[in-house]
Amino acid sequence: MGPDDLKKRIEQEIPGASARVEGADAHFGALVVAQAFEGKSRIEQHQMIYALFRDEMASQAIHALSLKTCTPAEWEREKASGPLPVSHV
Amino acid sequence: MSQEILDMIQKEIDSNTICLFTKGTADMPMCGFSARAIAVFKELGRPFKTVDILPDPRIRQILSSVSHWPTVPQVFVGGKFIGGSDIVLEMHQKGELKPLVEEAFKAKQAAPAR
Repeated sequence: MGPDDLKKRIEQEIPGASARVEGADAHFGALVVAQAFEGKSRIEQHQMIYALFRDEMASQAIHALSLKTCTPAEWEREKASGPLPVSHV
Repeated sequence: MSQEILDMIQKEIDSNTICLFTKGTADMPMCGFSARAIAVFKELGRPFKTVDILPDPRIRQILSSVSHWPTVPQVFVGGKFIGGSDIVLEMHQKGELKPLVEEAFKAKQAAPAR
């Protein structure tokens, strides 16, 4: 599984989502911007992403998935304060 | 589900204002994500408890079924799950974590016996 596979699934499963994914060897970092996150807590936002990869995380095909999630409005504000790092170990 | 482990998890969450379930210990974290979360709480300077999930695979399994969170570390403040390392780091960077922690210690002082 590569970063493009993660990106594809996130954008397919979460309507209107836009994702940037980096990483390799089962360790990934993803930045996801989606209107669907509006009104949800950060915990709920991350759970929405984790849920898409439940099997891969259980089998350790994905060992680590570092997440940064925000709504389009939050992203507009964050962008103004510089680019966001996508971190993965 | 092992009741004994579930009870242990609940007791640690209830009896420690800050409780981290990590791979390894505060002095010797065994994973980069756990190490980052531990570093944040060391910086905040309040006492915190780490529970190493590595010695028994059932701890991780039962913990995740309680928190609905698949990864480790998992951080609880004032008995409430606040997230994994990404959320804790983000909250810390945005200055949201310290007030939450101080609030939890204040609440504990107001009601020491539970």
